[in-house]
Amino acid sequence: MKHTLSVLLQNKPGVLSRVTGLFSGRGFNIESLCVAETMEKDVSCLTLVTRGDDNIIEQITKQLHKLIDVIKVTDASEGSFVEREMVLIRVKAEAHTRAEVLRVIDIFRGKVVDVSAKSYAVEVTGSPSKIQAVIEILQPIGIKEIIRTGTIAIGRAGKNK
Amino acid sequence: MTTITGAQAVVNCLREEGVKTIFGYPGGAVIDLYDELMDATDLEHILVRHEQAAVHAADGYARATGEVGVALLTSGPGATNGVTGIATAYLDSIPIVILTGQVPTPLIGNDAFQEVDIVGITRPCTKHNFLVNRKEDLVQVMREAFHIARTGRPGPVLVDLPKDLIKAQVKFDDKKPLRMQSYQPNYEPHPGQIAKAGELITQSQRPVLYVGGGVILSDGYQELRDLAKLLNMPVTMTLMGLGSYPGDDDLSMGMLGMHGTYTANMAVSQCDLLISVGARFDDRVTGTLETFAPHAKIIHIDIDPTSISKNVKVDVPLVSDCKRALAELLKWFQNSSSTVSEFRGEAFSDWHAQINSWKEAHPLTYQKDDSDIIKPQYVVEMLDELTNGEAIITTEVGQNQMWAAQFYRYAHPRHFLTSGGLGTMGYGFPAAIGAKMAMPEKTVIDIAGDASIQMCIQELATVKQYNCPIKIAILNNQFLGMVRQWQELFYEKRYASTVMDVAPDFVALAEAYGAVGLRATKKSDVKAVIQEALSTDNTVLMDFEISREEGVYPMVPAGKATTEMLLV
Ligand SMILES: Cc1ncc(C[n+]2csc(CCOP(=O)(O)OP(=O)(O)O)c2C)c(N)n1
Repeated sequence: MKHTLSVLLQNKPGVLSRVTGLFSGRGFNIESLCVAETMEKDVSCLTLVTRGDDNIIEQITKQLHKLIDVIKVTDASEGSFVEREMVLIRVKAEAHTRAEVLRVIDIFRGKVVDVSAKSYAVEVTGSPSKIQAVIEILQPIGIKEIIRTGTIAIGRAGKNK
Repeated sequence: MTTITGAQAVVNCLREEGVKTIFGYPGGAVIDLYDELMDATDLEHILVRHEQAAVHAADGYARATGEVGVALLTSGPGATNGVTGIATAYLDSIPIVILTGQVPTPLIGNDAFQEVDIVGITRPCTKHNFLVNRKEDLVQVMREAFHIARTGRPGPVLVDLPKDLIKAQVKFDDKKPLRMQSYQPNYEPHPGQIAKAGELITQSQRPVLYVGGGVILSDGYQELRDLAKLLNMPVTMTLMGLGSYPGDDDLSMGMLGMHGTYTANMAVSQCDLLISVGARFDDRVTGTLETFAPHAKIIHIDIDPTSISKNVKVDVPLVSDCKRALAELLKWFQNSSSTVSEFRGEAFSDWHAQINSWKEAHPLTYQKDDSDIIKPQYVVEMLDELTNGEAIITTEVGQNQMWAAQFYRYAHPRHFLTSGGLGTMGYGFPAAIGAKMAMPEKTVIDIAGDASIQMCIQELATVKQYNCPIKIAILNNQFLGMVRQWQELFYEKRYASTVMDVAPDFVALAEAYGAVGLRATKKSDVKAVIQEALSTDNTVLMDFEISREEGVYPMVPAGKATTEMLLV
């Protein structure tokens, strides 16, 4: 099963390679990985998507915890989280398909970020399934390039928060 | 707060941590540190002959004492030579700090002379490592390094020290209690889990205590002994656990696993409760996982949560320091109602009868005959007898290691130093140097193979220089014996590259280094050679010409169930 793990780490040199080294050394896989500073300058948040049965996810979580620079690991697949990803797609946009592309992008609340005679680059943000959907719909029109950020996640505020 | 050089700060930090001995090898990147050490007469520096040996010696020092061992290496090849030692310590969870020199910070990343990314290289084989890249961090990093090495599940920590920072002026303030936001190991067992474990034990009919190196690392052997005795529970130990429970006690079943005793492996296969304390269900212990302790509920005590349910699903996980968990279990039983005191002793009597019948049917033994050929097992038995089981034994790797594990009865913890996890040939001799430096009053013996000993033989010069008398017992079969045994059993005796009949004359070699060399070619020589070695106040290398194709038995072939043992 797919899991999104949210990992708070000390923002120190080499810390990312400790995480990726753990995954490669122990044969775990990473589907996507995103990392940047948080509100605190010396703490980064790394969001990664991985796959595995409960045992594997348990091992991954524990092994991450064991890294000295890791402060906290949360499984964003448990409990209530909002997941988002952004994608940039360069899609063929010739005279007869331009309107169609724009319509699709509009439905997905995306934006055109670059225009050329033969293509649009569009930006769409949403849940991973929404991103998948927009890609599938644009596919028949002709996608030339896809760049995805990978998933990030934030916990929903509880009633008392 | 004072301002001193980086080198002085490093030395001060070593003092602060109670370090007395450092094992190392100099070079350009650490020349300033060595210059400073020359004046630090309270810190003894042992100049080894190869950096691998420096790290193994620091590791042996740590295993023998429980204190953090320290190695100091120069940048580049000095550091890479140490990697095998670091990985050895990592896999056995041994607390050491390795200080490496590094090229000056402005040159890092430029492929400067003798630059390697040692932090990158050792990331997967250290508990943690640091490249100090600001002089303001130096003192704090040194303190964190020792803290991380010795706390939680111990392990090696490497600190890479760029040359310009060693020369820089740094501020040194008094040590305050360390608090690391992202590193707070848990020592205390959960009371609810203790009660669950206690209840499982009370309900069991056929319990086995399965004990690993964690009991030794946590100094929990007294609690282990008390608990086993109070509840009358049989004990088996992993290679790393040997010495945590006295090998000659009635409750001991000896080692389990690939070369474990028949009794221990049978008991684990039949037990209804396995209490694992500081062990990690290694494949050399379990054989095929599905057949390991198939009828048992499992209690697993370990300080490292990643060890728990990694290989085997457990019923009662107990994340805790082994010593603390054993003490709490003991308390639980001492405070419980009379039903508990009734249950013990009596309830296990059938189980003990069964265990005793296994012990009688297949004791640990070897083929003895009337010839005057030297059996390696006999040599180890004689070492045991003539040292009263009181020596610190280190081992190389291979058959010698297994015979040393099987035929010396370890009465005390920290007396059997062996590379269990990594299986590093070349470990035993330098580790013996580390142990002897820490415990000069102890007899320290490296039980060696003729091939392994050659991997760090150059340290004969080190022991000469520091008057550090080690006894080396080579069980010389002129083979890479353990590999040969696999070839004999599973590769139709095709001895591919395992014949080692080209070797130096070890007696002459010992003498060339200023040690004493003794040779035994007949069984009737063995005792006299050992006696002479033990009474000689110098390093003695004993070359025992043993029966060449002797095997280590029992043996569980790799990938088989532990009950499928090949016996003598
Ligand atoms: C550094 C290293 N290289 C290779 C091995 C693989 N290996 C394991 S046991 C062994 C043979 C050891 O021979 P020897 O030291 O003579 O001991 P014996 O088994 O004969 O007692 C070898 C090559 C190892 N464990 N370590």
